[in-house]
Amino acid sequence: MSWHRFFRRASSDRDRAEELRSYLEIETDENIARGMPADAARRAAHLKLGNTVRIREEIYRMNTIGPLETFGRDLRLALRGMRRRPGFTLAVVLTLALGIGANTAIFGVVDGVLIKPLPYPNAGELVSIKHLAPGLNVDELRMSPAQYFTYRDETRVFQQIGLYRDGGVTITGNGEPEQARLLGLTSDVLPALGVRPQLGRLFTEADAKGKGQQFPPVVILTDAYWKRRFGGDPAVIGRRLIVDSDPVEVIGVMPEGFRFLDMEPAAEVIRLFPADRSRVAIGNFNFSSLARLKPGKTVADANADIARMLPIWLNAWPTAPNTPGRQEYEKWKIAPAVLPLKDDVVGGVADMLWILMATIGMVLLIACANVANLMLVRSESRRQEFAVRTALGARRGDIVRGVLVESLALSLIGGALGVALAYGGLAVVVATAPTSLPRVEDISLDPRAVAFALVVSLISSMLFGALPALRQAAPHGAPIAGGARGASTSRERQRTRNALVVVQVALALVLLVGSGLMIRTSLALMRVPPGFTPGDAVQIARVAVPPLQVQDPERVTRLQHEILDKIAALPGVTAAAFASAVPMEGPQRVWTQPVWVDGQRDTSVTPLRRIKTVSPGYFSAIGTRLIAGRDITWRDIYGRAKVVLVSENFARELWGSPAAALGQRVRDSAPASDDGWREIVGVVQDVHEDALYQAAPAFVYWPTMMENFGGNKVFTMRAVNLVIRSEGIGRESLLNGVRSAVSSANSNLPVFLVRTMKDLYDQSMARTSFALVMLGIAAAMALALGVIGIYGVIAYVVAQRSREIGIRLALGAAPTQLKRMFVRQGLALTAVGAGVGLVTAIALTQWMSSLLFGVGRLDPATYTVVLGVLMMAAAMASYVPARRAAAVDPVETLTAE
Amino acid sequence: MPKRESPMQSEMLQGTLDMLVLRTLVIGPAHGHTIAHAIERGSEAVLQIEHGSLYPALHRLENRGWIVSFWGTSDNNRKAKYYRLTPTGRKQLAAQTTRWEEIVRAIGRILNPSTE
Repeated sequence: MSWHRFFRRASSDRDRAEELRSYLEIETDENIARGMPADAARRAAHLKLGNTVRIREEIYRMNTIGPLETFGRDLRLALRGMRRRPGFTLAVVLTLALGIGANTAIFGVVDGVLIKPLPYPNAGELVSIKHLAPGLNVDELRMSPAQYFTYRDETRVFQQIGLYRDGGVTITGNGEPEQARLLGLTSDVLPALGVRPQLGRLFTEADAKGKGQQFPPVVILTDAYWKRRFGGDPAVIGRRLIVDSDPVEVIGVMPEGFRFLDMEPAAEVIRLFPADRSRVAIGNFNFSSLARLKPGKTVADANADIARMLPIWLNAWPTAPNTPGRQEYEKWKIAPAVLPLKDDVVGGVADMLWILMATIGMVLLIACANVANLMLVRSESRRQEFAVRTALGARRGDIVRGVLVESLALSLIGGALGVALAYGGLAVVVATAPTSLPRVEDISLDPRAVAFALVVSLISSMLFGALPALRQAAPHGAPIAGGARGASTSRERQRTRNALVVVQVALALVLLVGSGLMIRTSLALMRVPPGFTPGDAVQIARVAVPPLQVQDPERVTRLQHEILDKIAALPGVTAAAFASAVPMEGPQRVWTQPVWVDGQRDTSVTPLRRIKTVSPGYFSAIGTRLIAGRDITWRDIYGRAKVVLVSENFARELWGSPAAALGQRVRDSAPASDDGWREIVGVVQDVHEDALYQAAPAFVYWPTMMENFGGNKVFTMRAVNLVIRSEGIGRESLLNGVRSAVSSANSNLPVFLVRTMKDLYDQSMARTSFALVMLGIAAAMALALGVIGIYGVIAYVVAQRSREIGIRLALGAAPTQLKRMFVRQGLALTAVGAGVGLVTAIALTQWMSSLLFGVGRLDPATYTVVLGVLMMAAAMASYVPARRAAAVDPVETLTAE
Repeated sequence: MPKRESPMQSEMLQGTLDMLVLRTLVIGPAHGHTIAHAIERGSEAVLQIEHGSLYPALHRLENRGWIVSFWGTSDNNRKAKYYRLTPTGRKQLAAQTTRWEEIVRAIGRILNPSTE
């Protein structure tokens, strides 16, 4: 059998017909030559040759590919049928398009974020190295430079190990002063990722061999920054830039597609960490680390290797002054926690995405059940057609195949439309996704997603096509002329339809419960007092004063103070202050340090606490209430008064009440002498610093300038967030005012990261809002489809039993009674579905516990309301057709047929 | 591709018809009409075939590459499709003839054991 012949079978048939005609002519000629009359000669030739049509058919069959031929015929038949019933076709195709489209879109997200490897060569070898420290009050410990050097020297499983950290730098000497996103790293990070520069070179180890803690004077630019600031000029290599008042040379430009993990906002300038081993002490776990495994090594190998190297590290390095001693680190019980780099980048969204995928999958199942029901009704009306076809010799298999091909055609059309919907839907998903969603750049509707849509279409066509197809093939001969229907057949079909409705209702209930729980979660979150003013009243902007710009710490503080005074004088501004960080800025501003408390009983463990530094007036500007005592003042700051503020939960934890905390003393270093203590002068309201759904951490708020702090003689916070309370939030006039206030104080300071507290608050709610919107849409679709399903079944029953209803009415049944009978039937179906759904929901909601806040996954209120909504919807869905039953005219139905 | 293969018996007959067609073409190219009459005449009308059944056989042989076809003009000036034996077909004919003779001898031995 050849495809060539298959496609040429029509022309070959024409050829054959001509050949047979030629036989007839020759034979007729010969017969005439033998003396026959023309008529008889022709007839004799025909007799001799036999049935030409059968001959041609036989040859045609030899040339054809059987299943393909019948498939083509079935397809033509199906398409013709679809055109004849545009309403039915439209309903089915749209339902499927929505279901498949939604699934394809979510698959695009899941694939881009969770499944595809990171965009680096052999990304499977990349790991992230972290540590656990069960003896310390932290979730995880990152990596210290000392560990980095030890691991590099001693490893048996890593090809490369690197440290990195993001931050910001001020670029001057190239027009306006500008803040650029900085990526700081060791020389082995970029080679470990396997990336190459498009211009110039990467860092080498020799570059890092500077003295002390100064950054080496070389930088690499990213493509975007190079194009924006240097117009893509290749002569940029070798140019000098002033980075944080430090002259540096550009040595390379990264390629266009380069992204560093999920750094957000993206890096612009890449600097090299100094690698002066003589300055390195054992601690300082402030660096992230990534490594490339040797081929064939696993994460388990890496963990074992690090576990082996930890004791080497612990004994190889000196301890820094004012930091815990070696025994202290032993108490931390540091253990390795290596994980694939992708898992680290993707972080905690995996749960949410899989939940969404499952949710949308359920919607598709419901859609399939609905379509199956439509197909059943449709095939009901095609019984005559099937009977005729059977009578004409169609076999059972032919009819089943016909129905399946029709399902296939419907679902493929639906799938194609779905891909188009997914294309638009994906844009919506990406736009509404939390900004913290990692790897958004990797999300696209690629061939994988299209293949997924195809597979989903095929599976759904089997799902909704199989039932009607098998029902269709019910072996009893259906009557060709309409009339009496086999009661047993229709009862069996009714059972199938009922089962489908039960499945729909059950799935709809699960989704309703899911979205109900998300609604309760959002409500609970909205009730959480954030500890600051979340609304449209507070403007945030960041300013950093680099040491080479202003060296003296006190002058830095005075400069910042001057800026505040200028901003406070702007029209509409009611308060201005600053702090090292504002709430909900994200993990990069989380600052954890030891805080020792006077009279602390257990001194064996370093008491790590969340801290930030604040200017006077910060709490009133951002809207955090003072609960006891007083705020710090500028007089405290300049007078180097040893004062500090703490949060309410900090006070309660240690002294039982806010008031009791006043006058207590805390310090930032191990109590060696008596002069490091600072007195608590005020207690402020708890603030949900990280997210509303996370507990408010206990905080210590240090003044922005202090003596003898963190190993500095005079400490000052150089990079701060201005907090401006004003009516003119977001207005250009306010922002211009702020910019000119800053530049009139020092013309070399850029203002960056301009945001409002509302932005940050919304961002923090984004994960919940996203899940809420997605689940809400899914549940609404599910409910609508479920209601349509119930309506369809009851309406069908009513139509089928109209004669019986007519008789009942004629015999005196009350219409209300009839109505009630049908509504009861609808509710009974719903009740069964709801029962199944409840069990399923109870089992499935455990997967979404991580998304919930302030509500249990078995929250009785949610379940009750959902049941109520479902029952009411079901009652309405069955009432409409039931009313039609009661309106049946007995005379009409009884005389019909 | 699942062809509708006939059972053993008709397969044998089909093979026989193929062989006869190939044999007829040994002399030279011929069209369907000639072949049909040649077989009928050659067998002294013992093999009464419906001439139409010849055409599927011709088609089959052509598909296998044992014969090739071309359009020509018949003796009485009619357009006709001629068939010619290919070298493969010739080899095939030799093989089939040998096999056929073996079968005939074998059947003969069974039916008339005494003559051996």
